[in-house]
Amino acid sequence: MATGIRDKVAIVGMGCSRFGERWDSGADDLMVEAFKEAVADAGVERDRIDAAWLGVFYQEQSTSKSGLPLAMALRLPNTPVTRVENLCATGTEALRGAAYAVAAGAVDIALAMGVEKLKDTGFSGLPERTRGTFDDLWHPGFTPPGAFAQLGAAYAARHGFAMDVVKRAMAHISWKSHENAASNPRAHLRNRITIEQALTAPMISYPLGTYDCCGVSDGAACAIVTTPEIAATLGKRDMVTIKALALAPSNGVEMGHASWDGSYTLTSRLAAQRAYCEAGITDPAAQIDLMEVHDCFSITELVLMEDLGFSAPGRAVHDVLDGRYDRDGAVPCQTDGGLKCFGHPVGASGLRMVYEIYTQLLGRAGERQLQAPTLGLTHNLGGIPNRNVASVSVLGLRKL
Amino acid sequence: MTARTGIRSFGAYLPRLRLERTAIAAATGWATGTRGNKARGVRSCCNWDEDSLTMAVEASRACLVGSDRSGVTWLAFASTTHPFADRSNAGVVATALSLPEALRAADVSGTLRAGTGALLQAFVQVRTTAGDALVVAAERRIAKPASEQEMSFGHGAAAIRVGTGDDIVAELLGSASLQDDFVDHYRASDSTFDYALEERWVRDEGYLKIVPRAIAAALADAGVAASAVKHLVIQGPGRFAAAIAKAAGIAADSLQDDLHLVCGDTGTAHPLLMLGAVLERAAAGDVILLASFGQGSDAIVLRATGRTPSSGRGLQGALAEGAPDREYLRFLSNCGVVDIDWGMRAERDNRTAHTVAWRKHRDVTGFIGGKCSQCGTVQFPKSRACVNPECRAFDTQVEHPLAESGGRVKTFTEDWLAVTRSPPHVYGNVALDAGANLFAEFADTPPGALAIGTPVRFVFRIKDVDRVRDFHRYFWKAAPVRT
Repeated sequence: MATGIRDKVAIVGMGCSRFGERWDSGADDLMVEAFKEAVADAGVERDRIDAAWLGVFYQEQSTSKSGLPLAMALRLPNTPVTRVENLCATGTEALRGAAYAVAAGAVDIALAMGVEKLKDTGFSGLPERTRGTFDDLWHPGFTPPGAFAQLGAAYAARHGFAMDVVKRAMAHISWKSHENAASNPRAHLRNRITIEQALTAPMISYPLGTYDCCGVSDGAACAIVTTPEIAATLGKRDMVTIKALALAPSNGVEMGHASWDGSYTLTSRLAAQRAYCEAGITDPAAQIDLMEVHDCFSITELVLMEDLGFSAPGRAVHDVLDGRYDRDGAVPCQTDGGLKCFGHPVGASGLRMVYEIYTQLLGRAGERQLQAPTLGLTHNLGGIPNRNVASVSVLGLRKL
Repeated sequence: MTARTGIRSFGAYLPRLRLERTAIAAATGWATGTRGNKARGVRSCCNWDEDSLTMAVEASRACLVGSDRSGVTWLAFASTTHPFADRSNAGVVATALSLPEALRAADVSGTLRAGTGALLQAFVQVRTTAGDALVVAAERRIAKPASEQEMSFGHGAAAIRVGTGDDIVAELLGSASLQDDFVDHYRASDSTFDYALEERWVRDEGYLKIVPRAIAAALADAGVAASAVKHLVIQGPGRFAAAIAKAAGIAADSLQDDLHLVCGDTGTAHPLLMLGAVLERAAAGDVILLASFGQGSDAIVLRATGRTPSSGRGLQGALAEGAPDREYLRFLSNCGVVDIDWGMRAERDNRTAHTVAWRKHRDVTGFIGGKCSQCGTVQFPKSRACVNPECRAFDTQVEHPLAESGGRVKTFTEDWLAVTRSPPHVYGNVALDAGANLFAEFADTPPGALAIGTPVRFVFRIKDVDRVRDFHRYFWKAAPVRT
């Protein structure tokens, strides 16, 4: 009987590049930037890494196919590198590969790297790509904001809210992330905004305005993982261990079956249930101290508060407006600014979230440090609400 | 006694956009001087995702409402603006309509008389072969900015089902055709625009000398006196029609309006569209004379039976579906006459994988989903494993047509970032009445038109355009049902 990976894998070092429009850097530069920080943090030599996982989403844009871009950029000693891709859950998928290899006892030390170099397209927003030879024939042309915007009207209709009330909660979410990012030197967008600015911004995809959308950024983040026993030999006393890593892809139900009404993300609910089970969490709202969720758009963060079990159905609007997820609220969300303001280099985002939880759990978050958190959650939603991959990870502090 | 031959049903389609001619005059008056002062009424205009083929499908659907499509064994698609020069346009129409595979389908072109020519051929066809004939004529002519044609043209389609028996709307009494290479206007194969000759010469030497002779011959063939004609349809400018009626000895009050004020001249479709207007109001026994013009003339004599021409959209219905429009520049963009900068996002390669398109052509072009024979769930696209989370059975799905199913909006957005030639791009999840759920684009849907639960129907439209390879593909889009 499988027992999961709870507390079988420790994160001993992490690195994260500055996110933003990195006109000065390519994907290789960004990976080196994150990696140098991680090996220094872990206190391990590059050559002690037994295997590596590279997460890149837009291979055509950022790097190219395969594990080669990582092996080349870091000049690894022909270390096995596996390239993974699972939409916006790509970074978490890379961590999953590395953690599973350690938990299986196949390797001692593994590296998970996520990177994306988006700002070489020549235009704003994400690159335009084909949807596949069959889907191109029938699937609507869409943009990420347009696809996620669909949650807005459906959520409002489902719970009987006027759109301006939902918009106000969305504006609060974006305002909060800008506030948090202001004290994060690596964040892409560090300016403060007002609720009014968010409410009156130009419409991108109804009901999403400019400030409801996350940054499109370049960046890399990585983690070095090993067993708690080896971590101890490296001199790690307080260590962050992985409590759960769960994944749930759509199988077509949301897009093709009447059981989904468009007001929530089905896979997030499933991934959360699996993660809570693996981590032994029975009451996430009470047990989890902070979270980094996939706030690609403000409406996504809003519905996720319910999907992940932090707000009761139909209550997220009130909880958000009450400040429950602000930095000084009951469960702070996006203390680093989130995708919204730290930025969203797709392949790196999952690992960037883990980086913030890791930093907070170890008490290294400086100006934005929370009061002694011990358990954190990250969540990715890759794809669009009606067809996606969700991942949830739970990370905890283990004090020796 | 042989069975009666005639028209079984009629359907019309006019694009929703109706450009006010004063908007054309306002935009082009600097070039045309006082010519625009006589601008009145509206002209129908295709949206960016419509062409003669999509309009032909819509008119045909209207014509076939409530009738058995498997009885159609012959299809003619008449137009001078078929989107493909070498690929059967009628074949695409047939697939979109899910007509039987055992079908003779032909494109008819080369003259504005192609619509009546196809209709005459259909009458011959049903007399000699089992099954009904479907004639559809559609036209999307592009005119030079500030030209007379820009003012007078309209875009539209008309479909007529022809058959034999007693359940017909109008019976064929007789016909005649005259051939002459009279060039009132022409368009070379590789040209976008017409070249039109002097109107008074066209009237005096063309219309007035050719059409009355065709009418006389048709009346003789039918054995009907000119004085018995109750409804007269003349293809061409309405201002010529009175003189033609007089020359033919037919009462002026029988003349059918030329629809100039409400949609404009729809080319090959126009005589059929005007005929549809007559069929909608003709009483049993009324004699109808239809005369076309274009390198000669076809004249057709019919007698109304008093039956209703269709339970689908007729001309009055098509006229009522219009929305007045004054966006002249958008009209030029939709016509492809001006090339708007849609930004770098529009540079995405839209190559069609034709191997896939062929594998899926019935499903995609005909909008046919799958119905699970185990749990009954209807789904699109049809797939190997059932989408119902409680079922997921393999290889249980049978074809299930979805095109005529209505639906309701589950989610939507108005996207100003997405590439479309008519921003905002509107798309969302739709729950079909047939049971399937589909992520769909919306057609003819301006901002503010949708809410959760808005009822929709599906329309056949251009899905994507591949400008590199001069190809475009079609699919079905949702459109709000307007009451």
